[in-house]
Amino acid sequence: MPVFWLALIVLALAAAGFLAGRVRALSSGGGNIRNLHSLPAYYGWHVALMVLVPSFLILIVWLLVQPVLVNNAVSGLLPDRAVSEDTTLGLVMSDVRRVADGLDAAVSAGAMTPDEAQSIRSEFTNVRDKLGSVGVALGSDVSPEILSAAQKYRGMTATGRFWMTVVVLAAAVGGFAFALRRTSAGFRARNVVESGIRALLLGAASIAVLTTIGIVLSLVFNTIEFFRLYPAADFFFGLTWAPSFGGGSQLGILPLLWGTFYISFIALAVAVPIGLFAAIYLSEYAGPKVRAMAKPLLEVLAGIPTIVYGLFALLTVGPLLLGIFGGQGLGWMQAGTAVMTAGIVMGIMLIPFVSSLSDDIINAVPQSMRDGSYGLGATKSETIRQVVIPAALPGIVGAVLLAASRAIGETMIVVLGAGAAARLSMNPFDAMTTVTAKIVSQLTGDADFASPEALVAFALGMTLFIVTLGLNVLALYIVRKYREQYE
Amino acid sequence: MTDATSTPGPMDAPAVKGSLHVQDARTRKRNAAEARFKFYGLSAVAIGLVFLVVLLTAIIGNGVGAFQQSFIAAQVYLDPARLDKAGDRNIEDIKKVSTFGYTPLIQQAVFDKVTELGIDTPFDDAKDMKALISASAAAIVRDEVIANPDLIGQTVEFRLLAASRVDGYLKGRVSRDSVARDKNIDAEHLDLVDALRDEGIIAKGFNASFITGADASESRPEQAGLGVSILGSFFMMLVVLGLSLPVGVAASIYLEEFASKNRLTDIIEVNISNLAAVPSIVFGILGLAVFIQFMHLPQSAPLVGGLVLTLMTLPTIIISTRASLKAVPPSIRDAALGVGASKMQSVFHHVLPLAMPGILTGTIIGLAQALGETAPLLLIGMVGYIATNYPEGLAGGFIDPNSAMPAQIYEWAKRADPAYYERAWGGIIILLVFLMTMNIIAILLRRRFERRW
Repeated sequence: MPVFWLALIVLALAAAGFLAGRVRALSSGGGNIRNLHSLPAYYGWHVALMVLVPSFLILIVWLLVQPVLVNNAVSGLLPDRAVSEDTTLGLVMSDVRRVADGLDAAVSAGAMTPDEAQSIRSEFTNVRDKLGSVGVALGSDVSPEILSAAQKYRGMTATGRFWMTVVVLAAAVGGFAFALRRTSAGFRARNVVESGIRALLLGAASIAVLTTIGIVLSLVFNTIEFFRLYPAADFFFGLTWAPSFGGGSQLGILPLLWGTFYISFIALAVAVPIGLFAAIYLSEYAGPKVRAMAKPLLEVLAGIPTIVYGLFALLTVGPLLLGIFGGQGLGWMQAGTAVMTAGIVMGIMLIPFVSSLSDDIINAVPQSMRDGSYGLGATKSETIRQVVIPAALPGIVGAVLLAASRAIGETMIVVLGAGAAARLSMNPFDAMTTVTAKIVSQLTGDADFASPEALVAFALGMTLFIVTLGLNVLALYIVRKYREQYE
Repeated sequence: MTDATSTPGPMDAPAVKGSLHVQDARTRKRNAAEARFKFYGLSAVAIGLVFLVVLLTAIIGNGVGAFQQSFIAAQVYLDPARLDKAGDRNIEDIKKVSTFGYTPLIQQAVFDKVTELGIDTPFDDAKDMKALISASAAAIVRDEVIANPDLIGQTVEFRLLAASRVDGYLKGRVSRDSVARDKNIDAEHLDLVDALRDEGIIAKGFNASFITGADASESRPEQAGLGVSILGSFFMMLVVLGLSLPVGVAASIYLEEFASKNRLTDIIEVNISNLAAVPSIVFGILGLAVFIQFMHLPQSAPLVGGLVLTLMTLPTIIISTRASLKAVPPSIRDAALGVGASKMQSVFHHVLPLAMPGILTGTIIGLAQALGETAPLLLIGMVGYIATNYPEGLAGGFIDPNSAMPAQIYEWAKRADPAYYERAWGGIIILLVFLMTMNIIAILLRRRFERRW
């Protein structure tokens, strides 16, 4: 039974349970609400929750676990000769799954009967042509081992699905019966329902933790896998980045890190002075009217998607810079995509980020400190430079670090504007590339997660995650530690 | 205070160096520094605003062209000898004629028009008209004929897409210099285009199919549209809304109203603030590893894109929801508790409805952020897939491979033909219109329902 229908049946059962619970409570109270412990709807919710929660939990866990178990079982059954030297178990298993999906598609298109799909032998039938006729393209002919593994895979999946349906429905019906039996006039339905809902709320809050765990696990496992295939020392200290999907790649991260930091540095060199001065002007000098106009307009820059900045870098800023610094001008630049292009555009993107964070911090400096400074005869700018900025410094440093973390993690601008060549160069008009851009280029395309060329993206992602997380933690630490406490 | 201190005696009066009306050098210097400093601040704001103006001008200036497209008006004689050799109007036989059967008819129609108008041109063969007409024209005529076989044998007026080079020439993107290196079209063709434009045969018109149409192959930029990927984005946003709003609100209610101060709560809070700062590409890696590699969900599906974007927007929504829950004054909770409501009832019956406008505002802003996000979609296969077909049905909308607006724009930006750059800018205009609408709705909601306690 498709999962969609199963979910629908459980939902219908829960709705019925709601009504049944309500009715049963009312009738056990003699039809008088005042004889019940809780409001009648709580009895209904009690039954509905008892139907929904366990069965959906089982459903979700089953859907997650079954593919893994079936995968392991089938790969255990594969004879050794199916996995020859030039391929890996993962690749063979993905072939098996593709054939199994193909058989499913053939059955649902009516090209095969279910029995036929379980019994065909590649010795007698050309499975590839047969699947091709229903639109499932296979790269190579199907070997007998893979076909029989695919048939076992289908069989196990079907059995798993059948038992999943049975267990989920049993859980739903069981919950229904159990809850309905418990329902009586004296039953403390509200307390039970409320503690149940509280648990659900906690569950929702824990999704953030689960996401972090998911990120860390998916990065860690694939990174370990990568280091098994490629020496870690070469990755961290290699000076060349030259992936080739044929093998023999050199995957040194240093050129990428250099590109990342160089571009981020230029971006911050653009964003920090402009953003900081804008924040100072808006919070200290501008009148309420100017502030009400300029602040939201600057923040529009922050709401524009990064793909727009990427295109702006590629098609507007790049050619513009090339006209000035390129072959016809100063001759420093070979192509429109360069560190400078990406850096300037990223700087524009970060201006509102720096300015609105600093603005908040400058506004938090108490007025009495400014008044004290004016009283001593300082001018406005002297007050700002010698009193306000030092008082706000930890917050401003925190804002700059957060902006740096943004710049390092930014993807679209560098993918479109910075070029693709990984090189260690001092010239800001050279094309360079970054960690994020290389994650994109290594993982888009043929998704075969067994080669070091694809797995390196996870190691890069891990590096990126640690660097940005470190910057964020550092920013928070600085803000907390050095914040001036005013009454 | 006494009078003695407020009126200085002649004994300790400072020696007068100058008048208050004449500034000394030091004051002048300080005032100049003051003016300079203020000027720096003003110019920083101005530079920021200039960047905004330049960005918007670039977008609009480059993108507006995509909403216009050149069309050729052609009276095509639907020759029965070619389209229906048997002559019995059997629909199955007519369907067997591929677009190759229609192309000569269209070329002939344009060529006839050129001869009829007496335009002086070196071309003497109908095949030379190929450079003027989009490759998609034959398919349009064929679809029309299959829908209405009775047209065969008649001369029917069609409004066909002009080729991308012709379109570019009319828009000023293709010049006579660039044509010299182009093997698709010659300068003589451009003379012909000039003549046909003067006759009104080739004209620019509003390009509705850019907004509703599907993506096209790399060689036919004139046909490419954003419609299918708008649908893809729409289904993704449905997933994001359907998951992130309930989960985000539930999580915020727990953290704001119920959580006791303990280890677990601390961990959750730190996690949420850190997740908000994780680069979006890392969420793409998560989606690839968990949803595609581990759970074997289909690649390029809006469902997977929606799940990834949900995880990405969740921290934003939780942070804004908590702020609006916090803004509801404690007296509301106390009053509810005072008349005998349970904690749960006070939250769900009183606090949540009062916080709802703020929650919705935050959710819309989170959705707008998710709508423009590109990087994670690159990793789960939303690019490289050419979205030429509309998804079938509701389930198909979630599961079938599709693209999304920003991913489609990226895809166009990567293609070699400059005609696609115009499409990419045009796509950005549409994307920004969507984002602006969402933000305006959020602002209006806030204005309309915001309460000061």
